[in-house]
Amino acid sequence: MKPALVVIGNGMAGMRTVEELYKLAPDLYDITVFGAEPYGNYNRILLSPVLAGEKTVDDIMLNTREWYDRHNITLHAGDPVVHIDRSRRIVRAQSGKEVRYDRLLLATGSKPFIIPVPGHQLPGVIAFRDIQDVETMLDAARNHRHAVVIGGGLLGLEAANGLMRQGMEVTVVHVTDSLMNQQLDKPAAALLQKALEARGLRFLLNAQTAEITGPDRVTGVRFKDGSEIPADLVVMTAGVRPNIELAKAAGLHCDRAIVVDDTLQTYDPRVYAVGECVQHRSATFGLVAPIWDQARVCGAHLAGAGHRRYVQQASPTRLKVTGVDLYSVGDFIGGEGSEDLVLRDPRKGVYKRLVLKEGCIIGAVLYGDVKDGPWYFDLIQKKADITRMRQTLLFGEELSAA
Amino acid sequence: MIVNLSSVPLSVQTTCAYCGVGCGVKATPKADGGFEIAGDTAHPANAGRLCVKGSALGDTISLEGRLLYPMVRPQRGSDELRRVSWDDALGQVADKWQAIIDEHGPDAVALYVSGQLLTEDYYVANKLMKGYVGSANIDTNSRLCMSSAVAGYKRAFGEDVVPSSYEDLELADMIVLVGSNAAWCHPILFQRIAKAKEKRPDMKLVVIDPRRTATCELADLHLPVKPGTDVWLFNGLLSYLNQIGAVDPAFIAEHTNGFDAALAQADAECGDIAKVAKTCRVSVEALTEFYEAFAANAKVITGYSMGVNQSSAGTDKANAIINCHLIGGRIGKEGMGPFSITGQPNAMGGREVGGLANMLAAHMDLENAEHRNAVRTFWDSPRMADKGGLKAVDLFRAIEEGKVKAVWVMATNPVVSLPDADQVRRALAKCELVVSSDIIERTDTNAFADVLLPALGWGEKDGTVTNSERRISRQRAFLPAPGEARADWLIISQFAQRLGYTGFEFSSAYDVFDEHARLSAWRNDEADLPRKFNLAGLAGQGTQAYDAMAPVQWPLLAGEREGAKRIFADGLFSHPDRKARFIPTAPRLPANLPEEDFPLTLNTGRVRDQWHTMTRTGRSAKLADHIPESFIDMHPQDALIYGVREGELARLTSKWGAMVARVQHGGGIARGSVFVPIHWNNQTSSDARVGALVNPVVDPVSGEPEFKHTPVRIEQFRVNWHAFVLSRTELDLESVAHWTRIQGKAFARYEMAGRQNIDDFTAWARELLGVTDPDADWLEYADKSERMYRAVHVVNDRIEQCVFLSPRLDLPARGWLAGLFAEEQLSDLDRAGLLIGRPMKKGVDAGPTVCSCFGVGRNTICSAIRDKDLKTVPEVTACVKAGGNCGSCVPELKKILIETRAEISAEMPA
Repeated sequence: MKPALVVIGNGMAGMRTVEELYKLAPDLYDITVFGAEPYGNYNRILLSPVLAGEKTVDDIMLNTREWYDRHNITLHAGDPVVHIDRSRRIVRAQSGKEVRYDRLLLATGSKPFIIPVPGHQLPGVIAFRDIQDVETMLDAARNHRHAVVIGGGLLGLEAANGLMRQGMEVTVVHVTDSLMNQQLDKPAAALLQKALEARGLRFLLNAQTAEITGPDRVTGVRFKDGSEIPADLVVMTAGVRPNIELAKAAGLHCDRAIVVDDTLQTYDPRVYAVGECVQHRSATFGLVAPIWDQARVCGAHLAGAGHRRYVQQASPTRLKVTGVDLYSVGDFIGGEGSEDLVLRDPRKGVYKRLVLKEGCIIGAVLYGDVKDGPWYFDLIQKKADITRMRQTLLFGEELSAA
Repeated sequence: MIVNLSSVPLSVQTTCAYCGVGCGVKATPKADGGFEIAGDTAHPANAGRLCVKGSALGDTISLEGRLLYPMVRPQRGSDELRRVSWDDALGQVADKWQAIIDEHGPDAVALYVSGQLLTEDYYVANKLMKGYVGSANIDTNSRLCMSSAVAGYKRAFGEDVVPSSYEDLELADMIVLVGSNAAWCHPILFQRIAKAKEKRPDMKLVVIDPRRTATCELADLHLPVKPGTDVWLFNGLLSYLNQIGAVDPAFIAEHTNGFDAALAQADAECGDIAKVAKTCRVSVEALTEFYEAFAANAKVITGYSMGVNQSSAGTDKANAIINCHLIGGRIGKEGMGPFSITGQPNAMGGREVGGLANMLAAHMDLENAEHRNAVRTFWDSPRMADKGGLKAVDLFRAIEEGKVKAVWVMATNPVVSLPDADQVRRALAKCELVVSSDIIERTDTNAFADVLLPALGWGEKDGTVTNSERRISRQRAFLPAPGEARADWLIISQFAQRLGYTGFEFSSAYDVFDEHARLSAWRNDEADLPRKFNLAGLAGQGTQAYDAMAPVQWPLLAGEREGAKRIFADGLFSHPDRKARFIPTAPRLPANLPEEDFPLTLNTGRVRDQWHTMTRTGRSAKLADHIPESFIDMHPQDALIYGVREGELARLTSKWGAMVARVQHGGGIARGSVFVPIHWNNQTSSDARVGALVNPVVDPVSGEPEFKHTPVRIEQFRVNWHAFVLSRTELDLESVAHWTRIQGKAFARYEMAGRQNIDDFTAWARELLGVTDPDADWLEYADKSERMYRAVHVVNDRIEQCVFLSPRLDLPARGWLAGLFAEEQLSDLDRAGLLIGRPMKKGVDAGPTVCSCFGVGRNTICSAIRDKDLKTVPEVTACVKAGGNCGSCVPELKKILIETRAEISAEMPA
């Protein structure tokens, strides 16, 4: 009888790992998958387009139940694992179901960070993480007017844009003075803000949320400076926290997340972890590209073809707001010893900035004209010496080739 | 005198405004109000051909920058001018002028005029000074141009007479061009020579010039003589011709004096070819070849220009040349003669009216009492000048010394063109009254004028000019007088009348010309006061005949319709004894020789497409293309020695002044010499006035300055940045260390360099371009650590200005950007290329982006599906990467796949 692989987490990271495993060793394991959500596996990244009404839930499904059957994977959707017994190599689900494992894959992902201000438990205060959240938002959009999004990062802006597209009046509340400060420098953020304001979004920057008000349902948000705005829906997009309680309880070594080595193996040789729940060389992950890489490496090791190592790489960010072209990758702030190339055409809404160090590109922020983003990304990864094309670099690959 | 455009015939025959060749020009009105400029096929000088400058005359007649109204400067040194009426302006000048004469005498006032005046203007100015003010203090920029040639002719022939005609250049078997870059400075004449040489390849062309100029390209022999050694060369020739017996004893005996003395002088130092070759720094072989050819050919023309004239031995050079023609009687017959080729459109006309400080009028002499009496009677003048006046250089010295207190400058720009030009500034700054008649408001000289009087320019004025072959041609008006501008002859006449003089009641250019013609014939016969210069045949011809007058050579005796092609064919010269004179010419070196501190020799001259101080040619974009900036041309080895680099800026310094320009090679400059063009000035460049460096030494006889030989030193001019600006609007260049302004079509180009460190590029650029609107359409590129910056200012989708800055000379080519100024609207593709300064190639259109992770476009995906017959999304991803990262586009990929597959099967034959 085959060894058993149990996957905790029916998300993108876990299933991608399983797919990678199948590519190498289709029938090495009996596979059981536990998922908290009552669906098959879907592309979480595409929730924004769904919210914006540009895609449907069916569009974003990755693996249907048929797929699981076809690959004789036992799927327990909507039945999260609550306990891991490493000595007996058994996991127990909420329903009480117990499954024994030879290999365990943790892909528990992360959960949104809900700022613990007074009123954060009120109905109408939600995060933006899963299909359930999207449905709540769509419902709110049908019956309510004022939406407040707390957190002007990538996710927050996508949520805000979606809600606006659904007809709500949306205000984005952000603690710092520029949007997406994890991905954009100030000039780019300013252009982005202008573009989004032009579409009807409102912004409150440097705004410290003090309290979410309302008798039985949210009616407003008040700030430290005492000012208040009306809100029928509050979406918290102030970052995520890795889901590590289960691992911790099982005594696996965790720091900010579950610590893994270059093979995605935890401190327990039988247990692997991938995705937003892992910490690799003190880094945690939120974007999809590195997680795909992890899946490839982890899948290979599960398949026994243990020759791959996971190497962190800069990964580009894009904002999935139709009509806003934005590309950011690597160290776009720079610092000691770094140099800047900047191109501005405000009237055409174009801003490009490359950060150079020792003759190589180490970061790029592109706004308005992003077509060369992948090229710069490529140059960053190759650590290519750009000295010779420095003067033409910002004008694109074609001119620089000459 | 207003010319009504509607009365202008379909096309007008006139004469070119530039060099002394005097080409006929046909101006035909165009629908757009401009004029079609073409060569006049009926004119003997050019038979329809025009050089590039002449062809571009149409570009230079706009009223932009013109002086249109009389102006006074309330405050010396300030830029502010106040418009006044003619009455007021002339009144102010007359009062001051008269007051100065009353207090200090007639020699305290002076006119400084120009070879660009018409003969009529010249005549009236000369009459006023010499016959009424009673001073010969009228000199002209022709002093800087051909006064040595005049002096040479007068010493040899007794009269300022060019014995030959242009057609002699075509009839000659040998042409010697001395100090003449005819290819650039007299292009049409050079083309005639080239054509003739094409027909008769055995016709020999010898060029004698320290530089290997464009003219040398056609030469059979080029003698790159050491600057200033021409007299040795021609003394050597005289001696050689005598040694081999290439002499005409009969001619010498019957028609000349002073042969022995001249020969003795020549033999003394130049009897030995080897020695002469050494002195002139040419090879013995080359020199011998030249001497032998000269001896072998009877029909020899020696044409000479500034290289001979502009020297402290200019007159001797001219006579050394003439001596070599006299010894063999090579004069007055077909295809031979010493031929001075002048540089200005009417230098000759000025000579005819006597418009130089050492002449009287109509080829009569100041020193000659009989001549003075004749002219006094003819003019019925109250006060005749009886001694020579101050020549150009002395005149401005006298002004600085306070001896001359009023100067009236007409149609010339001495602050740029005179030697030691900074002295001229000092002089004008001290002068009590500075008047300027000009067509341009802002010139380096006008900046010092107390009163500015608007004159008529080319195309507006009406009168006559004389070219280098004694041919009088009409300049005719085809444009109305702009603003309140007036003809110079009229301005002077009205001024004279204000001073209370009678004899200036001219009502037209014809009146003036007729008086001039009658004076030329006045007592002009063998028995009385014979002069070759005689326009009797044109006297009393009447206005219509004058207006219809065809180009004609003088002398033109009563009843003659055709003038004389050649003079002195009869061997009778103008000296009292009717003989020509050999002049002993003791060779001497230039006044100032290179020394330790000033080791190089500065030579100056013209470039092909510019004229004088660029007030006219500087307005043509077409003419700016050939040589946009001033330069210092020198030998690469000298550049190495003195630490300057081609393309970079260098400072050139003499004892008298300094300038800055870009170093270049390739002008055929010998080691030890540098060449700088004369044209650029403070209106076109920050610091390129070469006149400021030129030594103010003059020829003792002619008073012509030594422009071709000034000791200088050169050193690097360090700058921290180079930049260029193209702008539709004028810039304020106060803060820029070095700049040159170049006229473009609908914009001006500025080449600049600076020393200050620029921290905030954007602020610097916006201030330079005068852009204050923070929301202006402003594109910029910055590489701060490389100190590179580029910005483009766009207004209504049209390029308005751009600036490109770099610490090096690696700025992009200007051509493509310049072309965009002709566009009414920038295309997106052009806009994309603005900041790199070159057109973006229109790449393959990838179509709208589908996968933004890898930047894959729809078209790319479709063609992949077709070409590689892809059937599933993973196949597409595997093939073009699309969908391989975040997967956002997978649904779109599915759609595209289905559509494209459908199209494919639809295309399949059923």
